[in-house]
Amino acid sequence: MNDFSWLLLFDAAIRLATPLLFAALAGMLSERAGIIDIGLEGKMLVGAFAAAAWTSISGSVWEGIMVAMFCSVAFSLLHGFACITHKGDQVVSGIAVNMLALAVTSLLAHRLFSQGGMTPVLDKLERLPEVAFPQWIEVDDTWLSQLYWQLLSGHNILVYVGLLLVVLLSLFFKYSPYGNRVFAAGENPKALQRAGGSLATTRYAAIICGGAICGLSGAFLSVGHGAGFVENMTVGKGFIALAALIFAKWRPVAILFSCLFFGLLEALAIRLQGHPLFKGDGMLPIQLIEVLPYVLTVIVLAGFIGPSLAPKALGNRR
Amino acid sequence: MSKAIPWWFNSLLLPLANVGLAFVACAIVLWLMGIDVLFATHVMIDGALGSGEGVGYTLYYATNFIFAGLAVALAWQAGLFNIGAEGQALIGGLGISIVCLYWVPLPMILLFPLTILVSALFGALWAFIPGWLNAYRGSHIVITTIMFNLIASSLIVYLLVGPLKESGQMAAVSTTFPQQTWLPSIENMASYFGVTLQSSPLNISFIWALLCCLGTYFYLWHTRVGFETRVVGLNLQGAKFAGIAQRRIIIITMLLSGALAGFIGLNEVQGSSHQLQVEFVSGYGFTGIAIALMGRNHPLGILIASLLFGALYQGGAELAFNIDSVGNDVIILIQALVVLFCGALELMLKPSLINLFRFNSPKTEAGNA
Repeated sequence: MNDFSWLLLFDAAIRLATPLLFAALAGMLSERAGIIDIGLEGKMLVGAFAAAAWTSISGSVWEGIMVAMFCSVAFSLLHGFACITHKGDQVVSGIAVNMLALAVTSLLAHRLFSQGGMTPVLDKLERLPEVAFPQWIEVDDTWLSQLYWQLLSGHNILVYVGLLLVVLLSLFFKYSPYGNRVFAAGENPKALQRAGGSLATTRYAAIICGGAICGLSGAFLSVGHGAGFVENMTVGKGFIALAALIFAKWRPVAILFSCLFFGLLEALAIRLQGHPLFKGDGMLPIQLIEVLPYVLTVIVLAGFIGPSLAPKALGNRR
Repeated sequence: MSKAIPWWFNSLLLPLANVGLAFVACAIVLWLMGIDVLFATHVMIDGALGSGEGVGYTLYYATNFIFAGLAVALAWQAGLFNIGAEGQALIGGLGISIVCLYWVPLPMILLFPLTILVSALFGALWAFIPGWLNAYRGSHIVITTIMFNLIASSLIVYLLVGPLKESGQMAAVSTTFPQQTWLPSIENMASYFGVTLQSSPLNISFIWALLCCLGTYFYLWHTRVGFETRVVGLNLQGAKFAGIAQRRIIIITMLLSGALAGFIGLNEVQGSSHQLQVEFVSGYGFTGIAIALMGRNHPLGILIASLLFGALYQGGAELAFNIDSVGNDVIILIQALVVLFCGALELMLKPSLINLFRFNSPKTEAGNA
């Protein structure tokens, strides 16, 4: 491989990491507040469907994005209603969210569009724009220019929003008193209550923000990078995001890198399909790269790479 | 005029009210989507119970759900949430395929116990690692089992596009097993006794599923290990003081749970499709969660819930012919709402029902004492 295709590989990695990044950040907000978020997959799917469906009906992708965030928040609220208000089991509720999302999106897609569970294909104007950087560096063959134009510039607008969100969230947890509250809700709910904070309010606020961010993750799939909704189009991306969250030990900047790493692995698996190393009998299976994120997550969770620092009150019902 | 809460309140009324709520919610969602609920219900009931063939299919689906439901429930009795039944079933099916493909000429009376054993071993192996990691490294069992589901499906995809692929076939399936390894169908067994049944994929593993229900009941309520399992599930602190080796219980429970999930392969792979397919588990592991919740983690409840879901699956397949391709989605919708109302919102109705019947709530009872 020459340098040029390395650039393309990293370019693809950024594109594939973006939905993971949004979902993992959403999961971080929820889990930092002590609410396990297995339902990321479902909320992504809801966001993807809502964005594509609304955009194809109204023609405005910005409205579509808002609706995606709104619908995803609605599912977050259902999760909150079950496990904050009624103190139900968070994992069970998350599974219900996933199943409900799968059923509702696919039923609605069939009923609204009758195209075999898909939304109509969106044209370029109905999708989120790509952002071209200003002409600070001339287009030529130097590595700096290549890096600037190939890797940094020209991504979908949500890619940059995602990066901004990482910065904002790490500042939020470091400096904001509200960040401290969310942190306390996940580490020591009693302390939060003794300090006069409301546990339920804090947790609801966290999962509502998480829901909105998770909606963006789905929207990126259907109106950002993709051009429409397909039944069950997230195919486990929500769980990879969950893995990235655990791999990064629930820290925002680390989440950025773990998502980029998992995105790179995915890009590599796509790229290496048909490479001599992975072809024919007795050669390396391409699935080896695909399962790497899952295996690494299990290893990290087992505490084999330093302690796994989950929020202490994660999953507690009170 | 307040009374203590009678036994039927928690074990009959509340669960039934929750299931009822799930079905009402499902009807409302479908009605909002402009689907004729009464017509759909009619089609589903007729499809599931209206013919011998329909009943056969209902029991055939129920077989999968009994195995999956028992697997989830058994782990739950020890306080473990095994959502890895999906992956354990895949690996169990893989074990069965290996036995059947590299077939040693055995009579069915020996082959069936062998495939039971092998599917149990393979399923248990896939559950052992998450169990061990939970017991000795404190890993969250939910996350590890999710990861193991994904790893299992990648492994099966690899095997079916590589080593186990049938040559000259486009689809990722294994070679069809030799006919001698196919499990006898109930239809054939009945005709042996002179009874004629309509054709369906229902096979002998249904009987094995019923035996597993009995076995699980006996294990949990009539053995020492089963008792210890339930103690661990109820209260970890108490178990410690009672001198129960928690880690041992966690690992034993996960092994048994994985073995039960592995049995799904008997019905699907050896009993029905006679070849290994990538998606043969198709969500049964997750349906098992709904079954276990609805059946209150008790083998009898699981049997009833499995029959109901078996009928729903068969009815849903009929529905897909009648209302443009909504059958499968309707089943997932019902599943989702059952998990929501019987699981996550299990206690939502409790206070208002207690008020309705003017029972003493446990809180006030304690306060008066």
